[in-house]
Amino acid sequence: MSSPNPSASDSRTAILGRLRASGDSGPLPALDTAVLERRQWDPAERVTRLRKGMEAVHTEFLEAKPDTWAAVVRAFCDREGLKNLLYGPVSEAGTTLAATWAPGGPKLVPYDRPVETFKQELFGAIDAGFTGTVGGVAETGGLLLMPGPAEPRLMSLVPPIHIALLRASTIQDSFWSAIKALGWGRALPPNALMISGPSKTADIEQTLAYGVHGPKRLIVVLVDDLK
Amino acid sequence: MHAENEVHFRDAAAKALLDPQLRANFRRAMDGLIAKRLAQFPDPRDLQDLRDLSTAIRSRSLLCLPELLEQLEANCAKNGIKVHWAETCEQANQLILGILQAKGAKTLVKGKSMVSEEMHLNAFLESKGIEALESDLGEYIIQLDGETPSHIIMPAIHKNKDQIARQFSQKIKDAKYTEDVDELTAMARKVLRQKFLDADAGLSGVNFAVAETGTLCLVENEGNGRMSTHVPPLHIAVMGLEKVVARLEDVAPLYAILTRSATGQAVSTYFNLITGPRGEGEKDGPQEVHLVILDNGRSRIYADPQLRATLRCIRCGACMNHCPVYTRVGGHAYEAVYPGPIGKILTPQMEGVGVRHDLIHGSSLCGACGEVCPVEIPIPEILVRLRREATHSDVGSNVAGKGTGRTATEDWAWHLWAGVLKRPALYRVATWFATRFGKALPARAPLIKNWTQFRTKPVPARRSLTERLRAEGVSHE
Ligand code: SF4
Repeated sequence: MSSPNPSASDSRTAILGRLRASGDSGPLPALDTAVLERRQWDPAERVTRLRKGMEAVHTEFLEAKPDTWAAVVRAFCDREGLKNLLYGPVSEAGTTLAATWAPGGPKLVPYDRPVETFKQELFGAIDAGFTGTVGGVAETGGLLLMPGPAEPRLMSLVPPIHIALLRASTIQDSFWSAIKALGWGRALPPNALMISGPSKTADIEQTLAYGVHGPKRLIVVLVDDLK
Repeated sequence: MHAENEVHFRDAAAKALLDPQLRANFRRAMDGLIAKRLAQFPDPRDLQDLRDLSTAIRSRSLLCLPELLEQLEANCAKNGIKVHWAETCEQANQLILGILQAKGAKTLVKGKSMVSEEMHLNAFLESKGIEALESDLGEYIIQLDGETPSHIIMPAIHKNKDQIARQFSQKIKDAKYTEDVDELTAMARKVLRQKFLDADAGLSGVNFAVAETGTLCLVENEGNGRMSTHVPPLHIAVMGLEKVVARLEDVAPLYAILTRSATGQAVSTYFNLITGPRGEGEKDGPQEVHLVILDNGRSRIYADPQLRATLRCIRCGACMNHCPVYTRVGGHAYEAVYPGPIGKILTPQMEGVGVRHDLIHGSSLCGACGEVCPVEIPIPEILVRLRREATHSDVGSNVAGKGTGRTATEDWAWHLWAGVLKRPALYRVATWFATRFGKALPARAPLIKNWTQFRTKPVPARRSLTERLRAEGVSHE
């Protein structure tokens, strides 16, 4: 696309020219990352830390085993009386969930069309969204997500409840080590993110209020797959 | 001479000091933020190590700034993000207008962006018939009242909940009066959800841009940033040219120190990494993503080796939270987009040290800002440097408006002072008069009044030090 501003390429040249003219850059200061490397815990401790960090900001946890998590998700939906649950029909977690979903009760709604034809329903009629995660962060608490074709971006944002599946073995020490472990520094999909709790604000008198624009509740289904 | 349109921080501050409600709102908020930040750094060694690392990362980024910007541009282009450059705010506004018009966009929802405040983008777009709606709760609150942010992280911090309750009940359709924070939040949620759904375009700032991957990182708690950047078909991001870092790894420590310094949170609710528009097979996300890189005086600041440190800033707001001046007068008294200590060094460099002379002097130089700054910007030293720049026209200085903050009175006073000091006989006569008759000078005399307005008049000693030493037989040889 040609830029709407006729002088845009001049601006680029002028700005870069001025920055370059500012002279000799000198030696780069060394980066001592010891403070980041000190953040290390064993796998069980990572789970504890992640929970503590996320529970402090109102995230709820449901415990599950590798072969029971789908039932745990279903039981939660039944208990809360949800009408429906949005899921990614071709994602790994989504496929497993659909395979065991008993008929009757909350309906599984697949996110399988472009948002343009689904927006109204997504904003108005969906009770909860279910997504997988690609990991967690122990130091501060947090889930790592890579939305994409199988699990669209808005699943974890628009419905009032977000249910996320987290396997304990995928929890990393820190955001820093997670970036390395997942190779995010080399290549990233169009969207990736970390989520530490339900949406919140403190803009009115520093008083915390949850569920301002995004989900009002974040439910982590924590799968114990350690050893 | 004083520049003509000089803004008087002194007068605005004096007015703010007389507003007990405003002072109480700020005092309470700042005390809370100071305590929360402190609780996040229990180990002083960890804090210092993290500051050193963050400072080094930001310094490195600045040292390679032109190369990193080119790399960012190339990688963004590869990812399908269109990059635009603007030297001035007017250019940036025109660019954004052009992008919106090309898509026929009439409504824009905005995530929080201080750069867009710098550009006065909302007013510009409104004048072109495009609705620009703030969606960050704090920004939404102040936009309803036509106000500007009084803090860079918490824009509505000057208001208390009674004021917001009254405002919502008057300005939001069908809203009832309530002081319940959850109910107020729910009201805003309802209005803004519809806006996200309907908007033709979304706009956001950028907390960090990663050159190596061509990624825009956004830090937020509310989810309005994700809404603004993922729901509408078009996303425009604006950033100051200093925001780039080399690698994604570099972002981790900066992010860790940003949220802790800003609001005393170990982590924000969302850390959003945007590396492109809707990809192959994706069902949502914007079809187009644009990045506007703004200079607006930054390359001029960059040219000065000492002042360049200003550009390390990660906009955490800790310097204002800890500033004894900011805490008492609030953000609006600065009459600038960026208030507080960072604003005191940034605004004069952007708008001219002469026009914002008052701002440079609105500091006790207590040093609190420099001490808490996560990227160790020596704000007090920079203030002192700018004080000199305002009254001198040093050759080789690149500072905007250098020398334009001089006043005839000050020049005259210094001349007189120098003249007296150079002539020992005159000096003796002058001190003799000052010690004998200084007491008789009326407190309301011009010049003296500036001091005595808020303080008692100093009474000179009856005999000067030299006289006393001589009387005691001390020789100065
Ligand atoms: S100057 Fe330092 S303390 Fe102030 S906002 Fe910038 S990074 Fe934060």
